[in-house]
Amino acid sequence: MKIIGLIITVTTGALLFYAAGDFPAWSDPASPASTYLSPHFIEKTMEETSVPNIVTAVLADYRGFDTMFETAVIFSAGVVCFFLLRISRREDEEPETRYYRHVLTGVTIQLKEGHEIPPSADFERIDSMWTPPDLIIKTGCRLLIPFVQLFALYVIAHGHHSPGGGFQGGVILGASVILFAISHDLRTAVRRMSEKLIGILCAAGVLIYAGTGALCLLLKLNFLDYSALAGVLHVDPITARSHGILIVEIGVGIAVLATMIWIYNNISSAGRYRQGL
Amino acid sequence: MSEQYPALLVVVPLLSALVVSVAGWVNKRLCFPIAVAALGVTAWSCVGLLLRVLDEGVIVYKLGGWTPPMGIAYYIDYLNSLVLPVVSIVALLNLIANKKGIEQQFPDKTGPFYTLYLLMVTGLLGIVVTGDAFNLYVLLEIAALTGYGLLAMGEERAPLATLNYLYMGTIGACFYLLGVGYLYIVTGSLNMVDIAGLLPPLYQSKAVLAAFIICMVGVWLKMAFFPLHAWLPNAYTYANSAASSLIAPLVTKVMVYVMIRLILTVFTPEFVFTTLAVSDAVVWLAVIAIVMGAVLALAERNLKKMLTYIVVAEVGYMVGGAWLGNRDGMTGAILHIVNDALMTLCVFMVVGNIVYKVKGYAFEDLQGLFRKMPFTMAALVIGAMSIIGVPPTCGFFSKWYLIVGAISAGHYGFMAALIFSSIVSVVLFFRVFEICYYEPFADHHGHDNHSGGMDEAPVSMVVPLLIVAVILIVVGLYTGDIVNHVIQFAIPEAMV
Amino acid sequence: MTDLISMVVAKYNYWIYITLMMIGLYAIIAKNNLVKKIVGMNIFQTAIILFYVSISVKKGATIPILEHGHGPDAHHVVHAVDYINPLPHVLMLTAIVVGVATLGVALALAIRVYNNYNTLEEDKILAQIREK
Repeated sequence: MKIIGLIITVTTGALLFYAAGDFPAWSDPASPASTYLSPHFIEKTMEETSVPNIVTAVLADYRGFDTMFETAVIFSAGVVCFFLLRISRREDEEPETRYYRHVLTGVTIQLKEGHEIPPSADFERIDSMWTPPDLIIKTGCRLLIPFVQLFALYVIAHGHHSPGGGFQGGVILGASVILFAISHDLRTAVRRMSEKLIGILCAAGVLIYAGTGALCLLLKLNFLDYSALAGVLHVDPITARSHGILIVEIGVGIAVLATMIWIYNNISSAGRYRQGL
Repeated sequence: MSEQYPALLVVVPLLSALVVSVAGWVNKRLCFPIAVAALGVTAWSCVGLLLRVLDEGVIVYKLGGWTPPMGIAYYIDYLNSLVLPVVSIVALLNLIANKKGIEQQFPDKTGPFYTLYLLMVTGLLGIVVTGDAFNLYVLLEIAALTGYGLLAMGEERAPLATLNYLYMGTIGACFYLLGVGYLYIVTGSLNMVDIAGLLPPLYQSKAVLAAFIICMVGVWLKMAFFPLHAWLPNAYTYANSAASSLIAPLVTKVMVYVMIRLILTVFTPEFVFTTLAVSDAVVWLAVIAIVMGAVLALAERNLKKMLTYIVVAEVGYMVGGAWLGNRDGMTGAILHIVNDALMTLCVFMVVGNIVYKVKGYAFEDLQGLFRKMPFTMAALVIGAMSIIGVPPTCGFFSKWYLIVGAISAGHYGFMAALIFSSIVSVVLFFRVFEICYYEPFADHHGHDNHSGGMDEAPVSMVVPLLIVAVILIVVGLYTGDIVNHVIQFAIPEAMV
Repeated sequence: MTDLISMVVAKYNYWIYITLMMIGLYAIIAKNNLVKKIVGMNIFQTAIILFYVSISVKKGATIPILEHGHGPDAHHVVHAVDYINPLPHVLMLTAIVVGVATLGVALALAIRVYNNYNTLEEDKILAQIREK
């Protein structure tokens, strides 16, 4: 296998090296890629969409259809991870012994032969591998997480004017929740944000995007032509495009946030949703 | 409404996938009706589009209202308007037929299953309809990712087989992406028609040559063209039957469509067949693919795996036909996309029914099936006739065009391979029929069911299967119309 | 000779991406461990992202965010030479997301394989399959 791999790699590499001979030099302003479509985007974005960040404008408007499917890709990755890994309650063999911890005093109770404590705020279910979360890490993360989330919201909202947008903001938001799950444990994180909520948010995010597009369709323009929203939003068509971009970026943010957490939950616990890492 | 059909046929399955995903958390029983309704609307708009294209010619749909090289546009011409209804109807019939099987296998996960199913159909339809090279890559990945998810839920060996498919599929998609990047760097455009307009002065460029080779290798990996086919048999065999009978008919055929689209629209036949003189070598590769597919199928003692090798051989038919470089070969290849999707669906649905009833698909499980499942076996006979190429089933006609193309190109090796694989198919299927005809020995399993009784699959599985079998014959009878009114216009005038 | 050197220097971005990509490709084909193959796959995808992003660079240009987009100076003329090409950046945002999604699915599959065979070494798994 090693020799075959080497042969394939060298052949492919040789082909690519050969082809690179005809490429324009690096950072050449006169290359076809820089002179054919991009001048239009750079010079016309402001008057056509009223968004100064050209990448955002091209991403969510000129090529908004790509971006919708990109959101659908991440959604399907979340669904696939759930579909492959999640072990349903019926198939999951419950351990004989269950452990509960009294939250205030830290006393741990052991119950045998499938006895359960009815859900209450005083007791939390723990696993046999449970270790108490470190106080410094726990407190540090508690202080950090609100600021991380605030920054994420800024990144989403300010995507029109600075680097950022739905994907970046959504990833930061998701990371903050994953940070919480790492610093505490997965059970606590899932209690805060249940699996059902994540699953629905995931679909809702993509639905906001595709729904905005479909709304344009219902308003008698082409799919994803945000200028159709002008009548609904009471603004001129150019500003409507800018607002449309913001709406879909929010949808993207929600979808990415939920999917990141969903994938993390399923992969880190191999679908059992117990202790996590 | 009809001017919005191009958007509808992708947006409806996408939106319904999201709704089904939410419904899966709320009330599982809603998932199936929503999915069927959505695919019904999709199939309706696909057929509507075909009729509109027959009336008006090429339709351009601007997404977001942007004119093509700036934004993304859909081009619906004769080629993809023929493939669209096939994809949507195959998906619809297969979904209805597999409702019981899905609920039996994934009682807790029907919601995610239908979500992935609809997303996969979205991806496949999007690939067929799009006119933007990069958009095609994104849709390719949607179809691939959901496909991995669907295929991995099956027998014990399914995850490993799917992981191997994932490595190969990712390499294939990345090669395609790299090829698009090469085209972008020399032309500056991503729109297929636009690229085709900008390319002629660059035909001698090394970058364009490399772009073509990389794109082709990527697409061949995805369609399991012979030396790159190793991932396919295991991935399709060990999967659950609902997934394999969606993916086996559609994915390889859609990838063949992508190859033909790249040859006809992006790089133009003039570049592929005149400037590059490699078509002979590719056809010989196709010959090897057909022969090897047939021989490997002969070696299998297992119905489903045998069929996967037939899929590999059929890919060889289409690639070979497309690369013959003449009108008849190309007609045969395009017609075979339609026919092969339908006949592969037919035989894989038969396997689905057998698995549902007998819980196995090895040859020894098939004994006595002619008596137990007469309708299913009747469909298998028609599907097998079509794969062998017996008139009036549709398989005969595409094979006819391919052979005529091979003769007029003077490529007798390809003609011999086609005839050889037909003969091998006769052997393959009559061996299966023989096993199915004879009763098992009395002491074989100790089944409780009294011998002599019929034990057919449920009506909801048999009826869609019989519809497919009838479609095989109807398409065969109307081949002349399909060729004269659709495929003829799909091939550029320049190709003789 | 100087021609060759100047060509090598002028196009160094391509040489780097090709090398990276071939490292990834080799890992996918030749490595025995399934997770190492996934790592190789990721390197392979990242190399393509590097390639696209390097296309968009223009000498003497800045990031594609217009200055004074709104406000009193809003209507001055924008020159395309002042800003780098935004399109590859957009495309690569998509490709990055696709890469992440593929990685997630691949890891989920690897977990499933591990649950079945208790190992991630391909030859050991194949030996187990052959025994059955």
